[in-house]
Amino acid sequence: MGRKILFITTDQQRYDTIGVNGGILSRTPVLDTLAREGIRYERCQPTSVVCMPSRASMLTGQYPSMHGAWMNGVPLAVTAPSVAENLHDAGYATALIGKAHFEPFMDPFGRYAENAMANLGVATIEQDWYDGRRGVHRGFDYMELATHGPSGQLHYSKWLRDHHPEAVQYFYPVLDKEFNVNAAGGGETGAPQLGYNKVPRGWYHTDWVAERTIEWLNRQGVDQDWFCWMSFPDPHHPWDPPKSEVGRVAWRDVPLPANYPEKADQREALIDVKARHWRAWYDGTLVSNFEAPAKWVPATLTADQVREVNALNAVEVELIDEAIGRVLKAVDAKGWGDDVDVIFTTDHGEFQGDFGFLFKGPYHVDALMRLPLIWRPARSSATAPSVVSAPVSLVSLAATFLEVAGQTQPHWVEGAALPVSDLDAEERSFSSTITEWDSSIFGVDVHVRSVLTREYLYTEYGRGTLHEGTEGELYDLGDDPLQRVNRFGEAHYAQAQAQLHEQLVEHERRPGERAVPGLLMSPV
Amino acid sequence: MASLRHEVRIAAAADVVWDIIKDPTEIPEWFPGVESCTVDGSTRVLKTKNGMEIPEKILAVDPILRRFAYRITAPLYTFHLGTIDVIALGENDTLCVYSTTAEPDALALIIAGATAEALAEIKHHAEGSK
Repeated sequence: MGRKILFITTDQQRYDTIGVNGGILSRTPVLDTLAREGIRYERCQPTSVVCMPSRASMLTGQYPSMHGAWMNGVPLAVTAPSVAENLHDAGYATALIGKAHFEPFMDPFGRYAENAMANLGVATIEQDWYDGRRGVHRGFDYMELATHGPSGQLHYSKWLRDHHPEAVQYFYPVLDKEFNVNAAGGGETGAPQLGYNKVPRGWYHTDWVAERTIEWLNRQGVDQDWFCWMSFPDPHHPWDPPKSEVGRVAWRDVPLPANYPEKADQREALIDVKARHWRAWYDGTLVSNFEAPAKWVPATLTADQVREVNALNAVEVELIDEAIGRVLKAVDAKGWGDDVDVIFTTDHGEFQGDFGFLFKGPYHVDALMRLPLIWRPARSSATAPSVVSAPVSLVSLAATFLEVAGQTQPHWVEGAALPVSDLDAEERSFSSTITEWDSSIFGVDVHVRSVLTREYLYTEYGRGTLHEGTEGELYDLGDDPLQRVNRFGEAHYAQAQAQLHEQLVEHERRPGERAVPGLLMSPV
Repeated sequence: MASLRHEVRIAAAADVVWDIIKDPTEIPEWFPGVESCTVDGSTRVLKTKNGMEIPEKILAVDPILRRFAYRITAPLYTFHLGTIDVIALGENDTLCVYSTTAEPDALALIIAGATAEALAEIKHHAEGSK
């Protein structure tokens, strides 16, 4: 019997939303305990700040420029490498319960397996694998899927429509009538993508994901090794947790983020030192990406809206923490308590008011790029608790799962297994991480590459609709942890900038078998 | 309004490619996710894999220009125009262009995404039947 793996992800969650990371709005005792018993990472970065490319990196252990799902709406090839296939081969039962999003949600022709399985009433389907064999979809022998509400064709949507059809109307509609991300205001402040949801807590997707996970775990034999990816759709917008829970955080008492100066001219001064697309979005002259509401102008965001969004976000984080607690209790009840590795993270962050923004896009700052990552190794491994301050990346997850399972690393994995301490990180040269962005939609293309070191966050903008290929941002994390002062092009930083540039060049030149970039099939 | 285009170069005669496209009842053979269709005069209704019905109006099937034009008439669309052009570049060398202009923009993108895969199927069929 080997070590089992409970991989827990959320969607669009900031580093500082968890108590142990300094968060003050949410009570997260379960995650805090896991962090204290295990390894807490202070500088975990995504490979991309949107869902599909980032999630594909978790599964493949590759950067988007390698796995080919380069922006939201581009499906990960069915034959892309998958760590779940390797674990399945190693005898692991493999499940993904909750949000997958390797394939587009908007799928009227029913072309994608994720969208077809609920209607077909099956837990997986047979597909081609990376190595030419046929097997269960992406290596998962059980998939039960959900997204941020009752829309679409996934299992949660179908379950809600079949069992509680009256509740469908309670959720905030993520998309408007033109199928754009909805800008309609809700709650008490009129913030976009915010609503008070009358759905009973037990029918909400957070609890549904936990309950379906517990049911799957309970079906496994005690001696069965398993890899279970429990993937919560929250705290991604819409911020519409069950109304019964909203009173947990009084929004009027929520302090404003450090990076949200209340005076507009101060916010604008911070934005104006950054690359030009920041101000264009802020003023509403250009929304470069589908993930933000097309009809929402960030300059209209009020302090109270930031407070209310962050309050409801905090409620959603608390519900997730409690749901994880119930799942861990079920794990203990099966007698697996000492043999389960628990890894918790998210796919990318969320502005939550920083610099006057909500949502996400090609903006590589901590709000979107500094992620919570906690690894509580199986107690039987006797791994010492620690805090890792070295930069690490989600690209390391696949290798970490394989190492936990005692498997050899396949040639296609780009990231090395996560370090278990700063000493380990130093010995294995964990000194920087790369984050990529490429998008091309409705005549606007944006290309961004960033490198994070212990000292700097450095971003270059490639030639595109808004950029000449000469713009960039350089933040000195030592004296500017909030990333407010752009040092790009300053003589004093010329040497550092040249070295960071070289790291980006090396990333582009790295060896490996790059997948043909996928086609954009849908906005998301 | 969004206007998108995909194209593919096919190693087959233009007439071979056009033969695949010209019959509106044959779309399930090459459009991914279309399970079946009914055609009544200029009205075509597609049934997709997930059970959706998509009504269309066929605007032109021009064998001289080798051009197929149609509109999706489902109320979700405030406008849609799809065109498929088959252009002979040589004896066994054809360019096939599938254009989508539609509103809302997001739906244009979804249809256009599917047309890219449709072109791959058309190419597969045409090159297989040489």
